[in-house]
Amino acid sequence: MTAPVFSAVLVRDLRLAARRRVDALLPLAFFAVAVSLFPLGVGPEPNTLRQIAPGVLWVCALLAAMLSVTQLFATDQADGSLEQMMLAAGSGTASALPVAIAKAVAHWLLTGLPLVLIAPLFGVMFDLSGRSIGALCASLALGTPILSLLGSLGAALTLGVRNGGVLLILLIVPLCIPALIFGSGAVSAVESGTSARGHFSLLGALFIATALLAPLATAAALRIATE
Amino acid sequence: MLADTRFFTFASPPRFYALAGRLIPWLWAATALLAIAGLYVGFFQAPTDATQGDAYRIIFIHVPAAWMSMLLYMVMAFWAAIGWAFNARLAAMVARAIAPTGAMFTFAALWSGALWGKPTWGTWWVWDARLTSELILLFLYLGYMALVNAIDDTRRADQAGALLAVIGSVNVPIIYFSVKWWNTLHQGATISATTAPKMVATMLTAMLLMTLACWAYAFAVVFTRTRAVIAERERDAKWLNGAVPS
Amino acid sequence: MTWGSASEFFAMGGYGLYVWGSFGLIALCMAADALTAIKRHRDARAAHPEPGENS
Repeated sequence: MTAPVFSAVLVRDLRLAARRRVDALLPLAFFAVAVSLFPLGVGPEPNTLRQIAPGVLWVCALLAAMLSVTQLFATDQADGSLEQMMLAAGSGTASALPVAIAKAVAHWLLTGLPLVLIAPLFGVMFDLSGRSIGALCASLALGTPILSLLGSLGAALTLGVRNGGVLLILLIVPLCIPALIFGSGAVSAVESGTSARGHFSLLGALFIATALLAPLATAAALRIATE
Repeated sequence: MLADTRFFTFASPPRFYALAGRLIPWLWAATALLAIAGLYVGFFQAPTDATQGDAYRIIFIHVPAAWMSMLLYMVMAFWAAIGWAFNARLAAMVARAIAPTGAMFTFAALWSGALWGKPTWGTWWVWDARLTSELILLFLYLGYMALVNAIDDTRRADQAGALLAVIGSVNVPIIYFSVKWWNTLHQGATISATTAPKMVATMLTAMLLMTLACWAYAFAVVFTRTRAVIAERERDAKWLNGAVPS
Repeated sequence: MTWGSASEFFAMGGYGLYVWGSFGLIALCMAADALTAIKRHRDARAAHPEPGENS
């Protein structure tokens, strides 16, 4: 019962995104613009840029993920398809799990994964070394799923609420802070020559914990929002 | 009397309303007495510290505020969860009433910490694990308050708030244990349940008295605010029932 | 702990600004917290009398 729901929701989201390619690319455009602001605002000094790069890239990825997640459930709720999905899934919190997971996976495939892929380009813009860029991609590869999972939780909690987008950011960003700290810390460590193993271990642990707990919470939030 | 049948909408809130109303004056009295005692011991009996001079006396508000910030969050999350699990309206109301006071104590802990840190550590702020997670706690309180206020449907708001509060409660152990896990700037625990405190007796007494004072204060304010929430919802229910003309 | 004079007490060994800045602002915050709660209750009661009373 769960596999058909999961794949149905996932494929639907991807198909809808394919039809509105511009909308799907907006978070990436935001990322590009936001990241580019920093060299302009802070000055082009390579040493400064190299120092701030991990933080800047990570924060902009975080914000891009949060901005794109606000609409995760809203459009479906507006046209009634969310209710259909929940009905198809069944009753009770656990039955909404496939919907929650599928939505988070779809968001990651559409926003997180592209961010991981275009990050090297911006790493070069900030004069990061090759190893640092590798660490950047690795940390984003582990971190963006965390952002998608937490973001989908926020979207479910604030579904249909006035100023839901801003509220979502207010609620979810504090929860994302550990991922931000360890993710950007890993890149900084590699850039300064020290080992990033501790950072990656903690980031990995965060990923596992979030992957296990967030979908359940999102499913509960969906039930609360659609009852 | 409270056996009035118009209050059929709520089961226990009227009883809580009456009981809290009777307790609140005593709670304020207790707050005043404990605060006076604590401040007296803290400022007139505890000696000057060898290393920190008299700046250390901030501890008498900083530590109680920090403890209250963590304790109130757990209590808030607990009652919110009870309200969600058992559909208990009063529990949900109490959770909402706790949040502003908890946020205030969190801010107080951060503020007093900064003012204590500047003369002793040389810096207003440092991004170590304890301070960062206490700051996150403030955001969690504010986020909870924002969420329950943004959702118009009270039942849905209570439930969503409960979910958020429970999720955020993982932060409290992090605040508490962070000084043990990471050896950073903030000093380790001076008081433990198992070992003898490494602190002069008068300082300890003052700190405990101030903590009790903050606790009594929190009870007084939270009870008052809960009564306000009960009265607000009663008013809204009457609107719906049309029993009382506006 | 005996303070030599009132001015010594307020000076707090040179740290007066920090100590009183902490206690002072926090006392204000607690007062504001309490007063807003009391006011909220009063406003709620004004709109509807004590639950159970005849209005």
